Amino acid sequence: MNSYYGQIINLLAAGLLLLSFAMLGQRRILSLINLFMAQGAVLCASTAIVAFVTGQNHLYWSALITLLLKVLLLPAILHRLIRRLNIKWDVETLINIPTTMLIGIVLVIFSFNLALPISELAGTVTRSTLGIAMAAVLLAFLMMITRSKAVPQVIGFLSMENGLFFAATSATYGMPMVVELGIALDVLVGMVILGVFFFQIRERFDSLDIRHLEQLKED
Amino acid sequence: MNSILLQFLELVLALALAPVLTGWVNQCRAWLQNRSAPPLLQPYYQIVKLFEKDVVLAHHASSLFRSAPYFIFAAMALAATIVPTLSTDLPFGPAADAIALVGIFALARVFIALAGMDIGTAFGTLGARREMLVGFLAEPALLMVFFTASLISHSTSLATIVETLAHRELVIYPSMAFAGVAFTMVSLAENARVPVDNPTTHLELTMIHEAMILEYSGRHLALIEWAAALKMYAYSCLGLALFFPWGIPEGAKFASLAIGLPSLLIKLAIGGFLLALIETLSAKMRIFRAPEFLGTAFMLAVLGMLVHLLLETGK
Repeated sequence: MNSYYGQIINLLAAGLLLLSFAMLGQRRILSLINLFMAQGAVLCASTAIVAFVTGQNHLYWSALITLLLKVLLLPAILHRLIRRLNIKWDVETLINIPTTMLIGIVLVIFSFNLALPISELAGTVTRSTLGIAMAAVLLAFLMMITRSKAVPQVIGFLSMENGLFFAATSATYGMPMVVELGIALDVLVGMVILGVFFFQIRERFDSLDIRHLEQLKED
Repeated sequence: MNSILLQFLELVLALALAPVLTGWVNQCRAWLQNRSAPPLLQPYYQIVKLFEKDVVLAHHASSLFRSAPYFIFAAMALAATIVPTLSTDLPFGPAADAIALVGIFALARVFIALAGMDIGTAFGTLGARREMLVGFLAEPALLMVFFTASLISHSTSLATIVETLAHRELVIYPSMAFAGVAFTMVSLAENARVPVDNPTTHLELTMIHEAMILEYSGRHLALIEWAAALKMYAYSCLGLALFFPWGIPEGAKFASLAIGLPSLLIKLAIGGFLLALIETLSAKMRIFRAPEFLGTAFMLAVLGMLVHLLLETGK
């Protein structure tokens, strides 16, 4: 029976990777937020299953925090933000999307290779998903690099946190409760500060394109 | 002996069911779009009507133009017989594996593209070029999907793949989820369905498949339409064999048809409805978006292979 849970976790990990790629290739900002929400839901489900299989009760709390924060609260804030900022247009990318996808595949191969020796040492039920967690982190990084607008970058940042969280669950059955609470609070506060930032950036430049920030340096 | 009879039955079933499947998809589409639906057997009526009509040939038509419909029809009928639907023990099975199947589809594509260019009209050439563009992007993705399934079953033979996936203990393959999404995208593109091509349009700037066969009439057109229906049937059965193989009987026994045939019909009906749903929900892309669409399909198929290597081996 345990092996079935392992397979379900693997399936969810694959779903996480799929969603990371979908976010990388997504042009519309609203769909991007929905994908982020789906990623949070997958993360929550996989954490809950790991908690059930291993009997680590604190992981249930992590799953609950994930559900509240990443599936409900943050997407709601983001939706509110883009409504207030009135931005629904297509997201501009710096590199075209097929190239980004190809770079993404290279990143996946890289992280799978990197994770292989590590996961052979680990004895957890989730050891083989470490590569996927690292790939999700790197893909979110790539998304932050290739987007020029502020909101998709923030979503990339949040998605990177998802990847890190997944890596922690798959490598060591999660971090201590204090650390997790701290990170959750950090993400929330970061989101609020960035929300304020969006308005400031737009007021200053009439646009959310962060390339404008380069003009700020003194000559 | 049984297996030969079953093979023959499968061919007859494919020829008979293919237009019905097309009719069913059209019907579902009409319902979903709030139109009154054409009868289920409408594709049959069209094929019969076209067979009764005379062929009108252009003056410059070469023998290639006249023979192409027969080649295309034969290729599609052969493809439909290779895919295991009623039994996994088919005499044609060992002759052609998944890679040869891709080759058969490619052969039909080459003939239809050449025939489109043969007359020398602008539309035929335009359609042929677009078809080749879509084809050369879709083919590697399709091969990668097959390779993912082959990695699991250690064989490129479709019969072995089906036996491995359907008749062993239940294992969840995350890589097949990736491959499934990729296969859906590829089959939408290959069968001239909505996100890539619109099967009902005759608007010059958007059509791909219809542009190539614009010059055909009479029995030639009937054969090509029938072949298109067969192609869709073959792709649907392929999808069912790879991703939902439960219910396909193992070996060659007539008794197992009692389960195999109804399950095939039910699965095809559900698949056709889902196809109509996808077509209704999505808008047609610009032709320049097609490379991106198929590139994504290719990427997903490659990811499926990678995920298989990471998650499903060495346990």
